[in-house]
Amino acid sequence: MLGRTANDLYWLSRYIERAENMARLLEVGYRIVLLPREGEGFHEEWRSTLESAGCLHGYVQRHGELISQNVIDYMLFDTANPSSVASCLAAARRNGRAQRTALTREMWESLNSSWLEFSAIRPSAVTSNSLPELLDWVRSRSALYRGAMLNTILRNDTFYFSQVGTFIERADSTARILDVKYYHLLPSSEMVGGEKDNYQWAALLRSVSAHRSYRWVFKDHYRPLKIADFMILNRQMPRSLRSCYDELSAALRDLAVLYGVRHDCQTTAESTRDLLLEADIQNIFQSGLHEFVQEFIARNNKLGNEISAAYHFTD
Amino acid sequence: MVAPFDEMNGFGGEVRAPYKAFAEWLGIQHLDTLRQKTAEAEVLFRRSGITFAVYGAEEASERLIPFDILPRIISAEEWRRLELGIEQRVRALNAFLYDIYHRQEILKAGKIPEELVIQNSAFLPEMIGVDPPRGIYSHIIGVDLVRTGENDFMVLEDNTRTPSGVSYMLENRETMMHLFPDLFSRNRVRPVENYPDALLKTLESVAPSNLDAEPTIALLTPGIYNSAYFEHSFLADQMGVDLVESSDLVVIDGSLRMKTTEGLKRVDVLYRRVDDDFLDPLVFEPTSLLGVPGIFDVYRSGRVTIVNAPGAGIADDKAIYSYIPAIIEFYTGKAPILANVETYSCREPDSLKYVLDHLGELVVKEVHGSGGYGMLVGPKSTSEQIEAFRAKLLANPKNYIAQPTLSLSTCPTLADTSVAPRHLDLRPFVLIGDQVRLMPGGLTRVALKKGSLVVNSSQGGGTKDTWVLQE
Repeated sequence: MLGRTANDLYWLSRYIERAENMARLLEVGYRIVLLPREGEGFHEEWRSTLESAGCLHGYVQRHGELISQNVIDYMLFDTANPSSVASCLAAARRNGRAQRTALTREMWESLNSSWLEFSAIRPSAVTSNSLPELLDWVRSRSALYRGAMLNTILRNDTFYFSQVGTFIERADSTARILDVKYYHLLPSSEMVGGEKDNYQWAALLRSVSAHRSYRWVFKDHYRPLKIADFMILNRQMPRSLRSCYDELSAALRDLAVLYGVRHDCQTTAESTRDLLLEADIQNIFQSGLHEFVQEFIARNNKLGNEISAAYHFTD
Repeated sequence: MVAPFDEMNGFGGEVRAPYKAFAEWLGIQHLDTLRQKTAEAEVLFRRSGITFAVYGAEEASERLIPFDILPRIISAEEWRRLELGIEQRVRALNAFLYDIYHRQEILKAGKIPEELVIQNSAFLPEMIGVDPPRGIYSHIIGVDLVRTGENDFMVLEDNTRTPSGVSYMLENRETMMHLFPDLFSRNRVRPVENYPDALLKTLESVAPSNLDAEPTIALLTPGIYNSAYFEHSFLADQMGVDLVESSDLVVIDGSLRMKTTEGLKRVDVLYRRVDDDFLDPLVFEPTSLLGVPGIFDVYRSGRVTIVNAPGAGIADDKAIYSYIPAIIEFYTGKAPILANVETYSCREPDSLKYVLDHLGELVVKEVHGSGGYGMLVGPKSTSEQIEAFRAKLLANPKNYIAQPTLSLSTCPTLADTSVAPRHLDLRPFVLIGDQVRLMPGGLTRVALKKGSLVVNSSQGGGTKDTWVLQE
């Protein structure tokens, strides 16, 4: 496979995953903003939403003040924001078009029609009533693409690089959410377990689509330690850091078998996975949740660079 | 004026034999149903991404070529004759290319003015003495045919460089079979779907001879913004070969390599869809970003096969065109089976005088033009347009050829308010390698505007599925 093809497949998957994450974060942020509250609390909420999405800096430069309509527009439609849903779908399609030969017809058609349909939406026509429906649509299109890929693609390097892109992006997204909102999980001097905490904890789980699965797994109320455990170390939760690294190390192992060569990236992925496998949530809290998450983000970035170098993505 | 020959109705009267079953079917279709099917076809094309880019049109940079759902039908007998004529022609074109890049017998025999070849920009002196595998230069040729009567097929031009449109031939058929399965059960239509397989066999058969393994084949595209990008990716996909851009290729140690996830890998056959000028910045256009520095040296040393060969374009040059009958006779010893269209070369004073006196009746084309740009269709032009063109022609007569305005055949086509006759042409695709492979079908282009004779997609033309019937 061409190095350029691997690069495009990797980014195609990342953009599809990112579009979905954008939609999910926006949905959660919007939900909280709608809650009755006193004062200017929604500013803080939009700030952390944008920060989790990695686009706070860009937003502030463009719009300054945090205004709901502007935030929604920036995260959904603004092509000046490289992570907006519009930008992600366009970039995903551009990469897919450049690698049309690597995609199955089903993958291409879902990609192409997502882009065509999204391009036809007039931002001004999106009202607060139709927003949830649109966000649902974005997520379902991402699911359709992933489903088409899982059902139709050959299990070779095309598949492995697509998987790698998806799970690097997903791990990054879950970790960023934790990075921005970790303090909601820390024991504070205030009384824990109040109404506000419950909202925040539910929102945290919602932002990784895990507010219902949490109940199924723990059969318990929301508790910070368990939420953190669920998002970081749980093997069953498909957006946990552990799950992402199970998938990443499997895909990279398969690549090494296919090509008959191991690189640094295999070792890095496996050591991160082992770390998540052996870690204990109590210990993580004791030695610092925030530090743990930041170190994870750095490791995840390093892995991305090692993959790019090992498989000649750009040289 | 006499009505033109119609593929379904001839010059009037009875429905022609190959159209009998189709005409019965068409007779009971409602216009609304046909429109509905047209809309469905468009959805299918959009979804598969079969678009083309229009140069100079920023807005709709990805457009669909309009597809007309009423097929063009050719009988087995008609096809047999076309087949013989096309095979004779493409063999002669390759013999001509071999000759002019070697001993130049045809020039010595005085059959073609020497300067017409030697001073032609499509003639590449760098190719003199190069021996491509099997002596083939143009492996993939699109022969543009027009028809004016029951037995009057003529070759309007040859495309010996990088002919495009074959993906439409394939997708049009897929779409028709999807929309009208019943029509295919009533008519025995020869399949065209094995074109990618035939293309792959052709490419493999011209690989360098001393390989230690199966040849590695790649398709070189100028990239995603090229008007024919869809076709490039479509063909690479159908053949299962890598679709490469120039940045994926590099010349190292005298061979052509592509940059893969496992390091550099040798390429043995390169099906390039990049023009000669851009192929190698060291030899041709120095500013080209679409080419691969050093690739021409690798080619010359026989370590990669470039398809079609550099310099093959001299065979489809419009200035050479009028000599093709002589070329066929010279190399095959036989008269051409398919006729040329009568052509006036404006470089010759007598012809120029004739052309200037008859501008209102003729079609005048630029020698190096393509795509229907920069041409004059006399009978369809205003006197101002004709006079403006006269000035251009007088300023540089060598740059033009002229042909009589042909009464191109028509075929029933779905128009705004009814099914109506529209003019069309036909481009069959022929592959030349270890054998000559001609697909039974081709790309039928149709001028959708009433009375228009220009079928190019860039000028409002559309396409039809082309059926060749089984015996």
